[in-house]
Amino acid sequence: MEVYIKGIGNISPQHTTDNSKFLDEVINHEHDFLSCIEPNYKEFISPIQLRRMSKLIKMGISASKMSLRDAGIDNPGAIITGTGLGLVGDTEKFLNQVIDSNEEFLAPTAFIQSTHNTISGQVAIALKCFNYNNTYSHRGFSFESALLDAMLLINDNDAENALVGGFDEITPEHHSIIKKTRWVKNEKIKSIDLLQQKTQGTIVGEGVIFFTLTGKEEPGTYAIIKNIKTIYKPENHQEIESKIEQFLAENGLTKDEIDLVVLGVNGNIDTDDIYYHLADNFFDTNYAYFKHLSGDYHTAGSFGMWLAAQAIKHQKVPETARFKKESFTDKPIKNVLVYNHFRNIDHSLYLLTQ
Amino acid sequence: MSKRVFVTGIGIISGIGRNVEENLQAIRQKKSGIGKIKYLNTNHKDTIPASEVKLSNDELMDWYGLDKKQPYTRATLLGLIAAHEAVQKAQIKDIRQYRTGLISGTTVGGMDKSEHFYKDLLTTDKHIQYIETHDCGDSTEKIADFLGVKDFVSTTSTACSSAANSILLGSRMIKNNLLDRVIAGGTESLTKYHLNGFNTLMILDREPCKPFDENRKGLNLGEGAAFLVIESEDVVKTTGKKVLCELTGYGNSCEAFHQTASTPEGKGAYMAMKEALDRSGLKPEQIDYINAHGTGTENNDLSEGRAIEKLFGDNIPKISSTKAFTGHTTSGAGGIEAVLSVLAITHNLIFPNLNFSEQMKELNFRPVTELLENIKVDHVLSNSFGFGGNNSALIFSRY
Repeated sequence: MEVYIKGIGNISPQHTTDNSKFLDEVINHEHDFLSCIEPNYKEFISPIQLRRMSKLIKMGISASKMSLRDAGIDNPGAIITGTGLGLVGDTEKFLNQVIDSNEEFLAPTAFIQSTHNTISGQVAIALKCFNYNNTYSHRGFSFESALLDAMLLINDNDAENALVGGFDEITPEHHSIIKKTRWVKNEKIKSIDLLQQKTQGTIVGEGVIFFTLTGKEEPGTYAIIKNIKTIYKPENHQEIESKIEQFLAENGLTKDEIDLVVLGVNGNIDTDDIYYHLADNFFDTNYAYFKHLSGDYHTAGSFGMWLAAQAIKHQKVPETARFKKESFTDKPIKNVLVYNHFRNIDHSLYLLTQ
Repeated sequence: MSKRVFVTGIGIISGIGRNVEENLQAIRQKKSGIGKIKYLNTNHKDTIPASEVKLSNDELMDWYGLDKKQPYTRATLLGLIAAHEAVQKAQIKDIRQYRTGLISGTTVGGMDKSEHFYKDLLTTDKHIQYIETHDCGDSTEKIADFLGVKDFVSTTSTACSSAANSILLGSRMIKNNLLDRVIAGGTESLTKYHLNGFNTLMILDREPCKPFDENRKGLNLGEGAAFLVIESEDVVKTTGKKVLCELTGYGNSCEAFHQTASTPEGKGAYMAMKEALDRSGLKPEQIDYINAHGTGTENNDLSEGRAIEKLFGDNIPKISSTKAFTGHTTSGAGGIEAVLSVLAITHNLIFPNLNFSEQMKELNFRPVTELLENIKVDHVLSNSFGFGGNNSALIFSRY
């Protein structure tokens, strides 16, 4: 099943668009949620088109072009995306219009742009790419499904390479709604201190990451994605432990051979215990975490995979991303496991190697 | 990648019936589900017809004995009922006996409740249980939990080709030995959101739609859900269960032209059908019936028709669109039409394309307008095309 990461385009709440740098400077967000640092879109999109596009579409097209440029590929064999909530801004815009105008005098633009496959469709139009195209929208399995699909395509020789993206956005209006659930922190915090706050909920972020994956190793490859696995509603910690062991064994590894575990720990006291359990009692290695940098969102696993790929490429974990810093040891980073879960419902494992 | 994939169960709920038998009977009687909107609370009730499932949410919940205190969206209820029927028809007693996945397609997701409660959600603390039913994954997970599916769940969201893409992924996961069987299809309920959205695009017919007719005026929306149970060759052999047909081909390609329109020559449609045909190893003349996407819009029927002519040349198979029965059920359509394609094979039927009177000037073919019975139907091509240029095609074959 393995595929190679050949290119990356990452637009996130951190400075991540320059792939030669790896979290050299960290931004501490103090707003209610973490917003992306937008790139210079003119580098990727013509001014006429820019005017018509909503923020997420601009970020999607820019990140996909960054990724392909990084990989040196013009036209990918497939475009596959995952998103938990799709184009939230456009959806809100059209929904408010429908309600406020009593279903009269509506403009179609926001509706047209609000389907979840808008990004994969717009990227295909921008690239004139007629190949396989798909979009998944399933909570914490959105990006994971897209990645699995791409790995299958490459493995089955249906595509030589594939552009795979995860995207989600957060708006003030949507934040005001989800703040009413137990999944979002009510108190204002500094993002960097996410894990210090032992309270319910997390901080919400957003991001758009496109990976260019290929079936064969070429110079400039970041890492190999050995495999991916999803675990739906595990009953307890034991089930997660045994699924991890089984997953590693299927890929010829044991837990002692994992050099780095990237954890999706998000500061929610209701659902973080599994991460601490794995770090304290199950693995004995180095750990990294990332949601204080990206915020949490349905496709945040893609940021975890980005961190793993960059750690392998740069052979380091930046200080800011080290989890259990006191026991962090210097060692080569060959095998990396990413473990992330969405609200203790959708759990995912990604195995990357050098 | 050599494993074969078989259809062993089907389930459907649509504007023309609550299960497979009712849907088939309605088609035999040429009874369309399209009519005046009754269940959706919209200002367009009297002017825009649609094909609604003829049961309220309360009635659906009563039928399945579901807890009314739990937040169920209409897409969840429809999907749950259709998926359950498919599992029953596949005679699955123990869902955990084999590695089983559920892949559902939906695009509107829980919008029916979101649009109803939206202002309350913004300004009050009422109805907050519906915050978590908004996203597309909610219906899939509730259906999975109802059926006891645990090994894999996912949701495709490619607008009107969503359900076809679910079947496509399910098939590939079985072929790659990641799963033994998959319940794959899609579900969509009618919402004010997309009814108004399609209305702004000016592609909704005020009368019952007329697919492939020279004077077609647009589509009618519908709602519904349908699922197939697809299983691996190994499971079918071990259990010795009855096979309805084989999924022999699939294709997916992107039009890369416009977010809501296809090229006049139907480039994406052609590529998806061609890929499905190549993959199945069949020659074009072996296709007995095409269940077309055939929405009734000027754009779709022209581009799909031209793509069919390009692929099949002078040897065009029998064609009909069943959307004048069910309406265009958007994300559910690929599932509903997959179920009808399976029924065409198992019952040797070709379904009529309702409301057709005048052949399109640009095309050399007319759709089938009467029910054809006792006819050879060994291979059926089913098309699903969506917004964003997402085109998919499936081929079902007699086993």
